[in-house]
Amino acid sequence: MWLPTIPFFVYTIAFLFVPAGSVMVGAFRGKDGGWTFSNVTTLFHQPYLDAYKTSIEVSGVTALLGGVIGVGIAYAAIRDGTPRWLRSVFTTFSGVAANFGGIPLAFAFIATWGTIGVVTSFMRDHLHYDLTAHGFSLFNKTGVEFVYLYFQIPLMLLVIAPAIDGLRREWREAASNLGANPFQFWRYVGIPVLMPSILGALILLFGNAFAAYATAYSLTSGTLPLVPLLIGAYYTGNVLDNPHLAQAMAFGMFAVLAVMMMVYIPLQRRAARWAK
Amino acid sequence: MKLRRPKITLSATIWLLLGAAYFLLPLVGTFIFSLKSNQTGKCCTIASYTWVVHNGDFWHTLKLSLTLALETIAISLVLFVPTVYWVHLKVPKLRPVIASFALIPFVVPPIVLVVGLLDVFRGTPQWFYGTPQGFLVAAYVILAFPYMFFSLDAGFRAIDVHTLTEASQSLGASWPRTLTRVILPNIRAAALAGSFLALAIVLGEFTIANLSQFNTFPIFLQYTNETQAYPAAAVTLMSFGLTWIAMLSLLYIGRKRGGTPQLTGAR
Repeated sequence: MWLPTIPFFVYTIAFLFVPAGSVMVGAFRGKDGGWTFSNVTTLFHQPYLDAYKTSIEVSGVTALLGGVIGVGIAYAAIRDGTPRWLRSVFTTFSGVAANFGGIPLAFAFIATWGTIGVVTSFMRDHLHYDLTAHGFSLFNKTGVEFVYLYFQIPLMLLVIAPAIDGLRREWREAASNLGANPFQFWRYVGIPVLMPSILGALILLFGNAFAAYATAYSLTSGTLPLVPLLIGAYYTGNVLDNPHLAQAMAFGMFAVLAVMMMVYIPLQRRAARWAK
Repeated sequence: MKLRRPKITLSATIWLLLGAAYFLLPLVGTFIFSLKSNQTGKCCTIASYTWVVHNGDFWHTLKLSLTLALETIAISLVLFVPTVYWVHLKVPKLRPVIASFALIPFVVPPIVLVVGLLDVFRGTPQWFYGTPQGFLVAAYVILAFPYMFFSLDAGFRAIDVHTLTEASQSLGASWPRTLTRVILPNIRAAALAGSFLALAIVLGEFTIANLSQFNTFPIFLQYTNETQAYPAAAVTLMSFGLTWIAMLSLLYIGRKRGGTPQLTGAR
């Protein structure tokens, strides 16, 4: 009965479960092969602790900003009055832009907002405003956050648009018939109905940024202390004196994302309640 | 009272304009940048594009990435189509199990997966560990798995698996014949959608390729970024173009199928 599904299970065990398991086991192994907690406790010291803080901060900030802006654009595109074609332009573009990421995205921002970028030089030459002199840079934490929004906002838009669509017009009319003003409608109907969807989407965005490697690598040449970049440096920089430390850092990422997942699943269930 | 068609509000206009500016500027900027001369930094020349077209590494890495994408798609389809078919036909109890598997890549992102893969498969035969066609494709099938699964799952849900299978078998068709001649044509759109998502993933994937040190197309793009500023803009646009083609094909199929395709990830 199960026979035809066996190749699938063999494959996922070999290339997903065993590697994931080896990260978890390796995180608790010492250089000599024995069991130890020292790799994991090292994560609570510098520079690793700061790397986790920076990673969590970048992911949190871009998830929140991307979430707010994504909801704003989604609502502006969907609400009554906005022409239908504008709505499909924005959703179609988001479908593509959510997939722009990594190396090409980093370079597109360098070509546009970098030191000799098109916008930067235009502002310098024609508006006499030097962005770089005013502290704007793509190559630090704020810069990386600015670029991450390029895939965070469309992702939010894609995930949240169906939920906003599900805010039925009748609810709005019912609320206004009962004398509610727009603020009261959002306070007591709109936001509570949307909240599980929004929180769930924010978690997706957080994980999306937390796991990102290529964009930040390309922008900062791997110098920004983010956990994925630190792990990467272990493998590309020939400094593999203790591979178990890289495994411990990977285990730490897994732990953060696993907590997120545990919050996500019940939220997802609640959000499904109002689906048409 | 006459019903008037509501007009677009001021706040909606501002949101949409700012959004459009943020999203279009980098694309326009990259295009203008790609027209600048590598020597003088002045506009306008197509020298960057001729540099790219005459670059052997460009074609070499692009060909490699396309080959990897095709291989990933082939293995994914062979692996997942029979599984999802069987689950829908005989063991629906397994469906939530496989669906929860599809969430695992969220907690085991590429950067974690590659650490594990490098550890587990170090010391395996050279034809696997030492070649992108072996090692990278093995990893890419896992990256494609959630997207393949949800596409195929939606495809199978839309057809009547039981009736099709019974009809085919009562006419004397064998299992392989039923699968290839009856089931496959009916889920073609779903299989194509999953394939385009896999294509977009493989063509953009950098993390695993960089840590396992294989020279794929995104690695070439990063190398160009570091060494040739203006030609890099041309390669970037071409890379965006490939994503556009993959995603718009997907949307086109999705429109006919009525489903909404979603995100991939090459961060």
